[in-house]
Amino acid sequence: MSNWDRFLDSFFNARVAAEYLPKIIEGFWLTILLAACIILAGVAAGLALAVLRSLGIRVLNWAIIFVVDLFRALPPLVIIALLYFGLPAAGLSLSGFAAAWLALSLVLMAFTEEIFWAGITAVPKGQWEAARSTGLGFLDTFTLVVLPQAVRMVIPPLTNRTIAITKGTALASVVAVQEILGAAQAGVSFSFNPTPLTLGAVAYLVLFLPVVILGRWVETRFAWKR
Amino acid sequence: MPAQRGAIVEARGIHKHFGGLHVLKGVDLAVRERELVFVIGPSGSGKSTLLRCLNRLEEPSDGSITVDGIDMLDRRTDINKARQRIGMVFQSFNLYPHMTALGNVALALRRVQGMSRAAAEAKARQALERVHLADRSGHYPGQLSGGQQQRVAIARAIALEPRVMLFDEPTSALDPELVGGVLAAMRELRESGMTMVVVSHEMGFARAAADRVVFMDGGRIVEEGPPEAIFGNPQQERTRAFIGQITRH
Ligand SMILES: Nc1ncnc2c1ncn2[C@@H]1O[C@H](COP(=O)(O)OP(=O)(O)O)[C@@H](O)[C@H]1O
Ligand SMILES: [Mg+2]
Repeated sequence: MSNWDRFLDSFFNARVAAEYLPKIIEGFWLTILLAACIILAGVAAGLALAVLRSLGIRVLNWAIIFVVDLFRALPPLVIIALLYFGLPAAGLSLSGFAAAWLALSLVLMAFTEEIFWAGITAVPKGQWEAARSTGLGFLDTFTLVVLPQAVRMVIPPLTNRTIAITKGTALASVVAVQEILGAAQAGVSFSFNPTPLTLGAVAYLVLFLPVVILGRWVETRFAWKR
Repeated sequence: MPAQRGAIVEARGIHKHFGGLHVLKGVDLAVRERELVFVIGPSGSGKSTLLRCLNRLEEPSDGSITVDGIDMLDRRTDINKARQRIGMVFQSFNLYPHMTALGNVALALRRVQGMSRAAAEAKARQALERVHLADRSGHYPGQLSGGQQQRVAIARAIALEPRVMLFDEPTSALDPELVGGVLAAMRELRESGMTMVVVSHEMGFARAAADRVVFMDGGRIVEEGPPEAIFGNPQQERTRAFIGQITRH
C-alpha cells in the first residue's frame, strides 16, 4: 500500500463513511438543535440584560457587569465541565446537552449584552433629547427610537459573535453529546479509522459555511448611511 | 409669584451648575405670547443650557420656570405632557434615521397624543406641508438634504401644536445655500403667530423678524432690547465687542 492509498483509506474510506454517515447526520441535526437553543436563549438573555442596564440602577449594573465579565473570562469548556461534572456534587445533575446549552447560552448572553450595550450607548444623545422633547417617555424613547438604531448597528458584530459561539457546540462532545464531533469521535473509536472525522468536518462546513456567508452579507447590508 | 401678563414663558433666577462649573448665573427671561426672542452670545455663554432648562432637558440647579401656566420644575407636573407645549429644534436636526419623514413627525402624535395611525399620519402630512415637504414624506433622513432634514424637524415639533418653539442654532450645521429654506420656514411659523425663542447668529433674520434680542455672556443676560438697539447701538461694552466681532467678517 502506497502512502497515498493509506491516506485515502484513512480519511476517505467509503465503507466506513457509509456505515457512520447516519450517525453523523443525526449529529448534524443535534448540532442545529443545540445551536438554535443557544442562540435563542443567549441573545434573548443578553438583550434583556442590556435593557436592564440602560435603566441605570447602580447596584443592578454592578451585578450585570460582574456576570458578563465572568462569562466572558471563563473558557466555555470550563463552564461546561463545571456544570456537568461539578453540579452533581451539589445534588443537581444536568444532561450533557443541558450543560452544554446552558454554558454556551451564558457565554453568548455575556457577549450579546456587551454588544447591545455598546450599540445602545452609541446612539447619539440627541436622539434621546429629540424624542423626550416631543413628550415621549423613557420607555417609548428607548424601545421606539434608541433600540431599533442600536439593534441595527450591532447586527454585524452580533452575527459574527453568534457564529463563533455556536461553533462551540463541538465542545458538547466532551460531555457525551452525540452532536457532529461527538458522533464522529465515536465512529473513529469503533471503526479504528478517522473517516468519520472527515464526514464531521464536511458536516460542519455544510452547516457553517452558509452561515458565515450570510454573516458577510449582513455586514454589508446593514452598513447604513445617515 | 404671579406670571407676567401675557407671558407664555417665564423663567426666573435660573442657575445651572455642571459639577463645579457655574454655567447659568441667575437668568430671568420672560417671553410674551407671539413674541420672537432672539438669543445671541459667545460660544459657551450658556444659551443652549438656558433653552434646555426651559423644557427641562436640563434640570436647573435653582430658579423657577413656568410655561403656559405650568410649573415646569414641580415634581407633580407631568413633564411629558408639558413638553408637548414646547417644541424644540436642534442644531443637529436629530431626526430618527430609521423612520421616514412622515414616521418622524407622526411618532409623538401616536404615542403621546394617542392618535390612531391614520389620524397621526394625516396630521403629520399637514405639518410637512407647512414646511413644504409634503412630497418628501416617504423619504428617510439619509435621503434628505440638511435643510430638508431641519424642516422635517420643525414639522415634527409643530405637529404637536406647541405654544412655544425653541430653536437652538437651527441653521449652524447647514451649508450656506440651505439656510434660506429653514429661515423661510421659521418666518412662516412666526407669521402664523407662534411664540419663538431662537438661539442663532443669523443677524439678517433677527433684524427682520425678532421683537427682542437678548445678549448673553458668562451665564448672564448682559443686555436686551429691540434688534435695532442691540445691533445698532449696544450700551454695554461686552455687547459692543461681540456685535463688532460677528458683523465684521
Ligand atoms: N452636559 C454638560 N456637562 C458639563 N458641562 C456642560 C454641559 N453642557 C454644557 N456645559 C458647559 O456649559 C457651558 C455653556 O454651554 P452651552 O449652554 O452649550 O453654551 P452655548 O450654547 O452658549 O455655546 C460650556 O462651558 C459648556 O462646556
Ligand atoms: Mg449652544
